[in-house]
Amino acid sequence: MNPGRIGAVVIQIVFVVGAAPLLAGLIRQVRARLEGRVGPPIVQPWRDLRKLWRKERIAPEHTSWVFLTAPLVLVASSVVIAMIVPLVTVALPLDEVGDLFAVVSLLLLGTVFLALAGLDPGTAFGGMGASREMTVAALAEPTLLLAVTALAARAGSTNLAAIVNAALDRPSVVLSAQGVFALVALGIVTLAECARLPVDNPSTHLELTMIHEAMVLEYAGPDLALVELAASMRLLLFGALLANLFAPWGIATGTGVVEMLAGTVVLGMKLVLLGAFLGVFEVFVAKLRLFRVPELLAVSFVVALVAVTASAFLGGGR
Amino acid sequence: MYSQLLGLAGGVALVAAVLALWRRSLLAIVRILAVQGLAIAAVALLLGVHHHEVAELIVAAGVLVLKVGVIPMVLSRVVRDAPNQRDTQPSINTATALVAAAVLTVIAFGATRRLVDLAPSPESELIPVGFAIVLVAFFGLVARRNALTQLVGFLLLENGIALVALVATARVSLVVELGAALDLLLAVLVLQVLTSRMRSKFGALDLDRLTELSD
Repeated sequence: MNPGRIGAVVIQIVFVVGAAPLLAGLIRQVRARLEGRVGPPIVQPWRDLRKLWRKERIAPEHTSWVFLTAPLVLVASSVVIAMIVPLVTVALPLDEVGDLFAVVSLLLLGTVFLALAGLDPGTAFGGMGASREMTVAALAEPTLLLAVTALAARAGSTNLAAIVNAALDRPSVVLSAQGVFALVALGIVTLAECARLPVDNPSTHLELTMIHEAMVLEYAGPDLALVELAASMRLLLFGALLANLFAPWGIATGTGVVEMLAGTVVLGMKLVLLGAFLGVFEVFVAKLRLFRVPELLAVSFVVALVAVTASAFLGGGR
Repeated sequence: MYSQLLGLAGGVALVAAVLALWRRSLLAIVRILAVQGLAIAAVALLLGVHHHEVAELIVAAGVLVLKVGVIPMVLSRVVRDAPNQRDTQPSINTATALVAAAVLTVIAFGATRRLVDLAPSPESELIPVGFAIVLVAFFGLVARRNALTQLVGFLLLENGIALVALVATARVSLVVELGAALDLLLAVLVLQVLTSRMRSKFGALDLDRLTELSD
């Protein structure tokens, strides 16, 4: 294995871990500015993590190993995803592993562990959050698979790097009606999976509606820091996947130092744009009532299914 | 570029039909109808520009005036006077309706595959989309209990038929197209009068009330 390819993996991991809290900070900052507040600086999430990290590690009474393992599994699965999906460059050593189904199952692994950890302390909120999270996940994951399959059908492979390559070669793979549908479906799934508005409000602890916050209510100190870091990493991974699947231009195709540096900068710019857009979007939408969330996800499922149907029946890659 | 824009316009029309099934706010549903009308007009415009046909351009202009302008305006007036701004009781729950819409879409694409295969072209690829709109809209028509949403369902259905007519005929007859449009306008106006009569009589747009006797 040549050093350039290993370097690519290292760059991707460092980028995802380093930039994820900044992306969360950026979204908060944009929101705050639009609402007429000064808002916390963009590096605030990093400061929060540092503060949490220095605290004592503590677990509620009667919790099992699941509670302490879940944050690690969550972060580890995100790091593995960062290693295998094309973010900075498409020429990754773990290319064959970077399959759509592998990525989705890794995502689901983290989700399931977090839900189990929510149940573990036996509190009412934890169980509630876990049950809601699983409801959302059960509807969002099939949509995620379907939406990317619509692109995969046109690219001729479920390998994410292959899809990005095909989109670079033939822009018609993504610049089509099917591509637009897949984008809409994937956008809604991203909001649901990353617990953003209108599915979940990341900035409140309102017991009637919270999903993610309810599950992690019992976490404190370094464990909470890991959970928060993993949550922001997931947001960044989803955002980067959206950006690279639907606007792959600028991603490095080789492993040259300059090329990868340019790829990193372009990815950073795409994410800044996406984060700013998300911040603006969140100012204008209200949270959906909980029982309407499955309906929203059903809409995204139908849209994804339309995309796949159109791709399958109307000849791919034309 | 032409085929992609055409596909996009058709796609927007289909997504509008699905969204109409999801939304409950009457005003939002009327807006969705207008967006779908715009997509149909865009299809007509694209066809006209691509084939250099003046008749298609006139049809596009007519569709724009009627389906984006007049009908949504008439309907939003009905909504403004309606006692209840939301369709609170669809007879089939929304999630089930959306899954049914997904199934109907697949059926439409499957059933019209042969038609597309007869003469594959960017235009004929919109035939399944039109059929899907017809089926989804018809389902919406059945699933709703509100007079106004039923009316919108009927109009969505008509949009689907118009889309198929636009892309399936080699040269659309202007007279036929205008005749259909005029019929449609008349139907909407009659139904508008009907809904306002209903409102003044029953104080609601719920069609279930029509089954009960009253004096």
